[in-house]
Amino acid sequence: MSELFRLSIAEAHQLLKEKKITSLELTKSCLSRIEEVDNSIHACVTVSADSALNEAVIADKEIQRGDFPPLTGIPVLIKDNMCTAGLRTTCSSKMLEHFIPPYNATVIKLLKKNKAVILGKTNMDEFAMGSSTENSAFTPTSNPWDLSRVPGGSSGGSAAAIAADEAIYALGSDTGGSIRQPAGFCSIVGLKPTYGRVSRFGLVAFASSLDQIGPMTKTVTDCALVLNTIAVYDECDSTSVPCTTPDYVNNLAQDIRGMRIGIPKEYFVEGMQPEVKNCIQTAIKKLEELGAVIDWNVSLPHTKYGLAAYYILAPSEASANLARYDGFKYGYSYQDTSNMWEAMEKTKQSGFGPEVKRRIMLGTYALSAGYYDAYYLKAQKIRTLIKNEFDHAFEKYDALVTPTSPTVPFQIGSKVNDPVQMYLSDVCTLPINIAGVPAISIPAGFSNGLPIGMQIIGKPFDEKTILQIAFAYEQASAWRSIKPRIPIQASSC
Amino acid sequence: MKLSKEEVKHIAILVRLGLSNAEIESFQTQLSNILDNFEILKEVDTSYLPPTTQSVTLQNVYRPDKAKDSFPAEDILANAPRREKDLFKIQAVLED
Repeated sequence: MSELFRLSIAEAHQLLKEKKITSLELTKSCLSRIEEVDNSIHACVTVSADSALNEAVIADKEIQRGDFPPLTGIPVLIKDNMCTAGLRTTCSSKMLEHFIPPYNATVIKLLKKNKAVILGKTNMDEFAMGSSTENSAFTPTSNPWDLSRVPGGSSGGSAAAIAADEAIYALGSDTGGSIRQPAGFCSIVGLKPTYGRVSRFGLVAFASSLDQIGPMTKTVTDCALVLNTIAVYDECDSTSVPCTTPDYVNNLAQDIRGMRIGIPKEYFVEGMQPEVKNCIQTAIKKLEELGAVIDWNVSLPHTKYGLAAYYILAPSEASANLARYDGFKYGYSYQDTSNMWEAMEKTKQSGFGPEVKRRIMLGTYALSAGYYDAYYLKAQKIRTLIKNEFDHAFEKYDALVTPTSPTVPFQIGSKVNDPVQMYLSDVCTLPINIAGVPAISIPAGFSNGLPIGMQIIGKPFDEKTILQIAFAYEQASAWRSIKPRIPIQASSC
Repeated sequence: MKLSKEEVKHIAILVRLGLSNAEIESFQTQLSNILDNFEILKEVDTSYLPPTTQSVTLQNVYRPDKAKDSFPAEDILANAPRREKDLFKIQAVLED
């Protein structure tokens, strides 16, 4: 069987079950795909071929024994901000370039318990700060649909890898859109679960009240399969919420007839590209044809304050979280100084890239004496307003639908020197993190060959409903069958 | 709002981040631009609102006070930039 790397989780699981393929064959297929295309895409920071092949052999033994869970033997790529014991975890930063975690993140433990095959770690904006993966300290990642454009960010490596079929699925993390925006830019499925649904233990902290890990997959079914595995209460994360988790896969195919879907007009922002607007409106009409009841005239008037509130909250938390990188216990350390304070200052100066420094500075300013009330406290109160607004909307609607991003993927380099323009790329996704609700981005079409994503937002802990809507739309559309044509570059060695 | 060079330097000292002169200058402009974009929040009367620190309603999550094994020192020190025996080695914190 050729091109096994193109399979979804569900397809691969079926073939493994029927003994038509082995995990080793599937793993080798993905590894050679990485070798073939990653010189062009640069999605991977570390490929752990040897350990992946070992894990595949172990998985095959498990499969031989009979009944096995859906992720057994399936190759996965992990965003490089989740701790993998013995496998370096860099956050695409010089600060952690050689950091080998002594323990596994809870999500990694869950994958390993299921005998998943970890192929390696994916590129990202440094410490997950960015919307284009250009802030990686190592190399920017290219969008498989057009190598001169960004894949989005910060989970751009995971998104590009899945679009290019370098793995069967990936994990990403989302603080203000970092799963959904790159999923939209690369025409894959990406879910940010409700805050508290998936354990953050072992996820390198960016903004602790907003961060959440989620699946990045080729299909909605796969997304549900991965969520089934990782949505587990964890006492190691004090914000992990003990609650029952439905079987997301079994509930997928339920009819969406009669479901009430609101379209918040504020998300069709000024500056939105008309082709994005048209594409999403067409997709919403499709949902209407499928029986959903659409209200085109929903208003969430405080949406316009989301961007400013986010860029106070996230950098403030980041400035506190990143204070630990002092060069003493682990990570990059500038040694050639005469005293401790200078060592700390030089370590951060050389270890962090420009965007990380910018956010540390911004956050420190917002938290500093005399400015705390005006910025941080104010932003937390705006957060109350935005959260209340979502709560209120969900009394009337089962879900809200918006574009994932106001634009199609932009050119590499085009926004790098203008932070405010770059921040606008997340304008449709970050209010969702502020409110802590779940949202999924699914492929909704193309404009001149460039992907457009549709975002479906749900009630807290109601991933089930947004997955149902996503599944219904996916089954009624053909976007998944369209694949990027990746020009293959000769290997440099 | 335009940040002064001194303000930028002051923030950098608060967070112990070394900055070159070029970085100080570019942050002066960029941070000022970003802060200008925060002005929009002044439109909203928030005096009557409580702050939301995070979106889940959990409070004071405790675990049983039971001793557990910690990591072997060697595993943790494996990432240490400098060590001496079983200790992290850093420069003097208090100097005379």
